[in-house]
Amino acid sequence: MLLAEYKSKELLAQYGLNVPAGRRATTPEEAEAACGKIDARKYVVKAQIAAGGRGLAGGIKFAATPSSVFDETAKLLGTKLVTEQTGREGETVNTVYVEAAEDLESQHFIALTLDPSTGAPLLIASSQGGVEFEQRARMDEGVVNSAALDGSTNISDVLAKAGISETDAISQVEAALKAFNDNDMTLLEINPFAKTKDGRWMAIDAKIALDPSAAFRHPEFESILEDQGLSTEEAEAQESNINFVKLDGDLGVIVNGAGLGLATNDMIIDTNGRPANFMDIRTTATSFDIAKGVELLLKDARVKAILLNVHGGGMTVCDTVAEGVAFAYQRSDRKIPVVSRLAGVNADWGNQILKDRKVPVEQIPDMKTAVSRAVSIAGGA
Amino acid sequence: MSILVNKDTKVIVQGMTGRAGTFYADQGMRYGTNYVGGVRPGRGGTSHLGLPMFHDVASAKSETGANASLVIVPAPNAADAMIEAIEAELDVVVCVTERVPQHDMARVKRALNGSKTVLIGPNSQGILTPEQCKIGVMPTKEAKAGGVGIVSRSASLTSEILANCSAAGLGQSTTVGIGGDALHGIGFADCLKLFREDDDTEAVVLIGEIGGREEEEAADYLASESYGKPVVSLVVGRHAPEGRRMGHAGTLSAVGGLSAADKIARLRSAGSRIADTPPDVVTEVLAATGRA
Repeated sequence: MLLAEYKSKELLAQYGLNVPAGRRATTPEEAEAACGKIDARKYVVKAQIAAGGRGLAGGIKFAATPSSVFDETAKLLGTKLVTEQTGREGETVNTVYVEAAEDLESQHFIALTLDPSTGAPLLIASSQGGVEFEQRARMDEGVVNSAALDGSTNISDVLAKAGISETDAISQVEAALKAFNDNDMTLLEINPFAKTKDGRWMAIDAKIALDPSAAFRHPEFESILEDQGLSTEEAEAQESNINFVKLDGDLGVIVNGAGLGLATNDMIIDTNGRPANFMDIRTTATSFDIAKGVELLLKDARVKAILLNVHGGGMTVCDTVAEGVAFAYQRSDRKIPVVSRLAGVNADWGNQILKDRKVPVEQIPDMKTAVSRAVSIAGGA
Repeated sequence: MSILVNKDTKVIVQGMTGRAGTFYADQGMRYGTNYVGGVRPGRGGTSHLGLPMFHDVASAKSETGANASLVIVPAPNAADAMIEAIEAELDVVVCVTERVPQHDMARVKRALNGSKTVLIGPNSQGILTPEQCKIGVMPTKEAKAGGVGIVSRSASLTSEILANCSAAGLGQSTTVGIGGDALHGIGFADCLKLFREDDDTEAVVLIGEIGGREEEEAADYLASESYGKPVVSLVVGRHAPEGRRMGHAGTLSAVGGLSAADKIARLRSAGSRIADTPPDVVTEVLAATGRA
């Protein structure tokens, strides 16, 4: 659950971190008016989408005057930004964040996550912050310093290796750690954590991921989610106990379990097919939940065929999935062909349900054969 | 033989009186597993499914001699239940609960520090030694006793590959689901070590995926050791688009795991055979064990 930049900064500011003065806006007029409330000599207009990589995609614009803030906002709003983290269709910009543009003397990278081996917070710091940090870190592991804060290592030790020694900077990172722990964050990334030319340390950009599993003790997560730009399909599927990631192909996939889902998409692409989505039916999903997921595929005009690849297990059984598919087909006018490969618990029963309920299905028990058949149907063969 | 659990393992169920706890405890007993009691605060002294109930894990252990636990409680209470079982020094604790908060698992990991307890999960299908002991929620109809050890991050792929193995006449020594969450108990490398020491395990199947560093650690271990048994690895997510969260554990690319291709390359150079797809696993195991 990734927060938009302005939400991340609001949260960090509550813990005492410095962030550039800023206002969000949904119209060019609002954006221009916002400049009056920001004490700055120049501005930056940032598209608010729930995906990274927007800088390189043209989602960040500098503006010298309020009237050019108006112009840049007008250009950004309503456009679709395609980054390496969105689908091919991109994410529509509905909100911008207008901020004071700061002159930076040095840019560092700071991140907090949980160390999978010890459970301690893992602090990652680098003296090489900025938009190209990830590329630099990939090429040279030496630019990244990290240590688990397990009691034997101090924040200041890690920061010192990244060239940060001012008390002000250290206490801001300490505040960030408190924010990380208090809010059930799974990731807090500040890049750049920068020193301005006038000597202040601040979080110029911030990315926060909250743990949706902790929502039961954070009633505020729900309203945060509502404000987020999750694509509607993905949000709808989340409510239905299905993990759904929209891709841009023509073959819809319905699979139980994340592992089998990934394996299925691998096999489709190996066979030169194009999956329309990644789907993982959670173990708690009912047949109605599954029907919702199938409906998302039936509504998508690009989807030309559906591959059902299910291994009925201890929790999700084949008849439940088949019921869900049959239910969605009953309620839809679009009868796109289904290739089904059902195995495991209640496979025969599931196959019977699909036949009895007149789902246009080809039943193929062998997984590889089923995948290549579905790919060729979707491709028009 | 087998790893971690066998017919002598005495199992208690934390959360046995719930709907899921009742269902899976009953299934486990029908499978022949030696379930000896249940834990539910406030229900001590009663009985459920014909087994005695206890207020806490420590008294359940001292009264029944239990050495393993199935934790099947709602996510908000799962961490406390795991920690209670770790503090009671059970040998094996299996948690099947999904969506345990990561910061809660951080507490559990700290409780495990210096403990001898092996934690399996959370978000795991559990552990199965066919025909001897089932602690978890996995299907058992297609499981057969035999020489293939399976360690996996995915319940669905474990079921799939186990069924293929059994159909090809390859039974299983033990199957372990290490769970799909970023923070979890036992990992691939430690399971590989246990399978190596188990005389009944003839070959090991490792089912990995993108995200995290489990496959890298398994490769490092295999490279450091003359393993002596064939290992067949499947790593899924080869074509998952970068930056989109798919599958189980999302991680930061700066510190997270390698791509599927790099994980595969590491495992291959450490001596593992590689299966490209789930159906290829059994073919590789047959070839590795001189059966094909």
